[in-house]
This record gives sequence, structure tokens and C-alpha cells, in this order.
Amino acid sequence: MWTTFLDALLLQAGYNAALVAIGAALLGIAAGTSGTFLFLRKRALVSDAIAHATLPGIGLAFILMVALGGDGRDLGGLMLGSAVTAAAGLLLVEWTARETRLSEDAAIGAVLSVFFGFGIVLLTFIQTMSSGRQAGLDGLLLGSTAGMLFQDGIIIAIGGVLSVVAVYVLRRPMTLVAFDDEFAEASGVNVRHVDLAIMGLVLGVTVIGLKIVGLILIVAMLIIPAVAARFWTERTEHVVLGAGLIGGASGYIGAALSASAPALPTGPIIVLVCALLFGLSLLFAPIRGVLASVLRHRRFQVRVHRRQGLLALVHGEAIHDRMTLAVLRRDGLIRADGVATDDGRAQAAKALLDERRWEIVRQLHFADGIKASLDGLTPIEEVLTRDELAEIDKRLGPPVVVGE
Amino acid sequence: MGSEFVQLSLTPILIGVLASIACALPGNFLILRRQALIGDAISHVVLPGIVVAFLITGTVASVPMMLGAAGAAIIAVILIEAIKRLGRIEPGAAMGVVFTSMFAGGVLLLEQSDTSNVHLDVEHALMGNLESLIWFAAEDWSSLVDPAALAALPAELPRIAVVCALVAVLTYLFWRPLKISTFDEGFARSMGIPTTFISIGLVIAAAVAAVAAFDAVGSIIVIAMFICPPAAARLMTNQLEVQLVWSVVFAVLSAVLGYVFAGYGPLWFGGENAVSAAGMIATVSGIILGLACLFGPQRKRIGEAAGL
Repeated sequence: MWTTFLDALLLQAGYNAALVAIGAALLGIAAGTSGTFLFLRKRALVSDAIAHATLPGIGLAFILMVALGGDGRDLGGLMLGSAVTAAAGLLLVEWTARETRLSEDAAIGAVLSVFFGFGIVLLTFIQTMSSGRQAGLDGLLLGSTAGMLFQDGIIIAIGGVLSVVAVYVLRRPMTLVAFDDEFAEASGVNVRHVDLAIMGLVLGVTVIGLKIVGLILIVAMLIIPAVAARFWTERTEHVVLGAGLIGGASGYIGAALSASAPALPTGPIIVLVCALLFGLSLLFAPIRGVLASVLRHRRFQVRVHRRQGLLALVHGEAIHDRMTLAVLRRDGLIRADGVATDDGRAQAAKALLDERRWEIVRQLHFADGIKASLDGLTPIEEVLTRDELAEIDKRLGPPVVVGE
Repeated sequence: MGSEFVQLSLTPILIGVLASIACALPGNFLILRRQALIGDAISHVVLPGIVVAFLITGTVASVPMMLGAAGAAIIAVILIEAIKRLGRIEPGAAMGVVFTSMFAGGVLLLEQSDTSNVHLDVEHALMGNLESLIWFAAEDWSSLVDPAALAALPAELPRIAVVCALVAVLTYLFWRPLKISTFDEGFARSMGIPTTFISIGLVIAAAVAAVAAFDAVGSIIVIAMFICPPAAARLMTNQLEVQLVWSVVFAVLSAVLGYVFAGYGPLWFGGENAVSAAGMIATVSGIILGLACLFGPQRKRIGEAAGL
């Protein structure tokens, strides 16, 4: 399995597999980037309605193509049909949320379930309609790349390239609107048009993704990369880039994995690779990741215990807290029997001095901007200038002997 | 019509109606609380739960499957909360991440495991098998009082009946706190109503209804019934009590009409085979909602003119 996986990764596992891998990577990049704008607009789940609303279009296109004497499974025709009903679903969501008292999430749920239900009705109708030509449209629910035609691969690759290019061209207005729509409006950007462009991109990605990922799971490719990338950075353009990277990598790796063993359907594998990348981001991203937060909290705890321990030493109070004792011992501030070392006494005196200084600072700067750093734990020299410190020390009065 | 109807259509219609009501009742509150998409999320995550239950027990028995589904729903809720809090991610996106990932996991497990000899596949999970819930033992209407025939009812019917009754009773018992905390959470808290408990309870009740209905009718109906009848009802009235009644009426109407159209509709147009009942029920509920959006007396937000 591993050799086939490597082959697939290096595009050596056959023409078709290579085509699927490239198509999936392009799709992932397009989905990740355009999904980011949706996510930043806080409308991630609109994509769910769009995706489910493609099903009746697929059914109608199939019926129409067969009625006209053509092949009902022609991917181009199916994609066109799905785009039409997906757009209709999107417009219905917007109309319902605007014209009635129903909220957008209710409109999304209604459109996705009703369109999907009607699509299922059409699918069951198709199953009875053409006895000889079994439709195989089920493959578009969850994606199926087995036996994909060369021309289908070309359509997907071209679609992927076009949507990546569209994102690149429209990146500035979309970033502006996603970041602050009121500011965008004020600087002359037509927010409504940009919103439409974002939705159009999402719609395009959904339609392109039908064959590879399937309409139920394409939502994952639009949402997960953006949410994962959000953990790594606070800058909008970096989120877009990161989401494109994560989406592209999941598409590529997922397609290669899927090609390397039987019974590994492409759509779910791509989504699970994406979910894995999300999990890694959630845990290990610097600053916003879980591990980083835990470490930050831990460092904060140690600082609090250290300071409280030092103040207890100064006042000659007994320390009972295990963590405080451990922290002080680790830093060589007390001996094993709990008696303060020279270093400990010195630092304790400094802690007391700082504490007094903080009291004065708090009185002076009660409502100031530096209030946030008045937690009393940051070394005071980092917050105040030397002149300010000297000013405060004047108010403290002469030194007194402590810790004897 | 008599005997054939009782045997083939009576139980599916009853199951459809009960499942629709069980979902529509909590749906009323979910819509008002802007949590309408919880039904969508739950019906997606149910799949991995059911597959895992099947892999552990090796059978498609109902009780372990319901337990698996409930377990998956709980895991999903915990994950969504965790992602929301840890990453400060908006609820919709957090939900999207969790339910799609879990659904993908379910599909993969299903493909990897040997389920060829049991009736368990993704299509079944989506569409349900309403048409196959036939009452074989029934002769005609008199079977309704025949204990032997009644004992052979499809097991889904009593199960969904119990869940539907449970949901109705819970709605009745918790009516006041539910209503107050839905409309004004702060006020509810100041009155000593445990709002967190109420909102978690509502989600759990919705999950139970979804899982029970999913078992019988598939996830399309579940999602549609959580949203469409209550949403249509919301456009009919400003009173929650009246809205609830409307939503039940719409749910029953969708289930009955949908089943009839799916079963007999194609025949009217010269077709030979029925189409998916689940899909048709969802479609009918959508048509009802569409009509309510166009003509419902309270379709506008308060403050806007209700006329044209």
C-alpha cells in the first residue's frame, strides 16, 4: 500500500490517478480560499444549502439530456444543471432571509432539505426511467473518481484553475469586505457585488467538486481549511493563503491515499485528511492552539505562585502550597527544608518592593491604558521607564530591613 | 382500497406522521432560538454512530444503533462546543467542521466494513425506507383490533410513537420555562429558570427525536421536519401556542400528502413506479413553506408593512 501511495503522490500511479490528484489539489486550493471569505463573512453554512441544492439540477439535467437523445451522464451537462438549481437555492435563501421574518439559518435548512428531498425524488424517478442505462448518479453524492473519464478530469482541472485565478483577481475587494464591510462600503466597494462574487465562487467550487468530493462533503472543503488556517494567524490574507494550502494539501494527499487501496472513497478520504490537518492546527498552532494556551496558562500559574511564595518569605509566613514550594525550590529560592536561600531573600525583598511600587502605580494610573499590564506579575521594569520608577520610589520613603 | 391500504400504506403513513410531529415540535423552539441547523448537524453525525454500533454488535438491531447514534450526537455537541470555545470560532463554522468530518468518517467506516449482507448503506441513511415498513400481518381494517396482527406491526411504529409522545409530554410539561427562556433568556434567568438546563434539554430532546425518526424515515425528512413546518407556522401567527398547532398541522399534511403523491402520483401521470416517499414528504413541506412565505399573514418582520 505504501509504495502505491508514494507512486500516487509522485503522480506515477497511472494517468487517471494523476489527473484526479491534480484536480483534487486544484479543487482544494479553490475551495479553501473561496471558503475563507464565506467563513469570514460568518456565512459558512450557506455553502451547505448551495451544495445540497445541486441535486435536483443533476436529476433534471440527466432527464433533459436523455430526453434529447444524449448521454445522461455527460459531466459538463450535469454540472451546468447543478449550477442552475444551486443558484436558485442560493437566491431563495437570500430572498427568504430578506423578505420574511425567518432567520438565515432557517432559510438555509429549509432550502437544503427541500431541494435535496426533491432531488432524491428525481433520482428515484430516473432509476425507474432508464432501465438499460443505470444512471450512476449516486456517485455524485459522495464523489467517485473510479473510472473517471479523461474529459471529466480536464473539465475539473480547468474549473479548478479558473476558480483559483478568480480568487486571485478578486482577492483585494473580497478581503476588504470580509474584514470590515462597513469600511469597504465607505471606501467605494460595492459590498453586495462582492458578496455575490464570493457566492458565485463557492457555487463554482461546489459544482466542480461534485465528481471528486460529492455534494454532501464539499461543504467540508469550503469550511474546514478556513477554520484550520484561522488558528495560525490573525491576518486575513494569511488566513486565505493558509486555507488554500491546507485545502490543496488535503485534496492532493487524499486523492493519492484513495488511489493506493481499494474501498477508500476519494471524497471522505480528502475530508478526513482535511479534518486531520484541522485537528493538528487546533492542538499545535502557536498562540491560538490548545497546546500554546495550556503552556501560557502554566507559565502564568508559575509566575503567580513564585510571587506569592516570595511575598510569603518576606513576611515570614509558612508556605503550605505544594506548587509554590516546588516552584521556589526549582528556582533555588528556598532550600529543601523550606528556608530561604540568599538569592531567595534578595528576590523576596525585590518582590516586596515591586509590590509597593505597583500599589502606587495603581493609584496613579487607575484608569490608564496600561491598566491591562497592571496584573502585578509582569516585571515592573518592563512596564515603566526608569524615570517613572525613580518618581515612584521617591514616594516609597527610605528602605527598611525585611525578611530577618 | 381497504385491505391493500391497511397492509401497504397505513403503517408508513402513521410512521411518517409521528416522525414529522416528533421533529416539528422541538423545531418550533430551535427556529426561534436560531438553532435551526442543529437538526441538520445531528442527522449527519448519526451515521458514524450507527456504523460503529453495527461494527461492535455485528447486527442491525435497533437498540444498539440508537445508542450509537445518541453517543455520536453527544460527541458532536461536545466537539462543537470545544472548537467554539478553544478557537473562538463562530458556531456555524464550528458545526460545519464537526458534522462534515464525522459524516466523512462514517462513510469511510461503512465502505471499509463488510456490510454487503445487511441493509446498511449511505443511501438508506439518507432516504430511509419508509415504503418498506409494511404491515404484513394485516388483512383489512379489522386487523386494527386483532391482537395477533397488532403484535406483528413493524417495530418502528411503536418506537416512534413512544418518542413522539415523549416529546409532546416534555413540551407540555416544560412549556412555561421553554417559552420564557426562548423569548427572553435574561428575564428567564432572573425568574430563576435554569436556562442552561432548558437549552441543553431542548437539544437532547431534538437529538432523541432525530435519532428515532432517522431510524424509520431517513435524514432528509428529519432535517425538513425540524425546519419547514415550524418555519411555515411562524409565518402564520404571532402566538407560540397557535404556531405549535400550525406546525403540527403542516407536519401531518406534509407526511400524508407526500406519501400519497410519492406512491400514487406517478400513476396519475402514467408512470408505473413510485418515487421516494421521504423525498416527496420533504418536497411537500417545502411547498407549504413556500406558500406561507408568499401568503402567510405574519410573514413580515414586526415593524414592516404586512401587505404587498
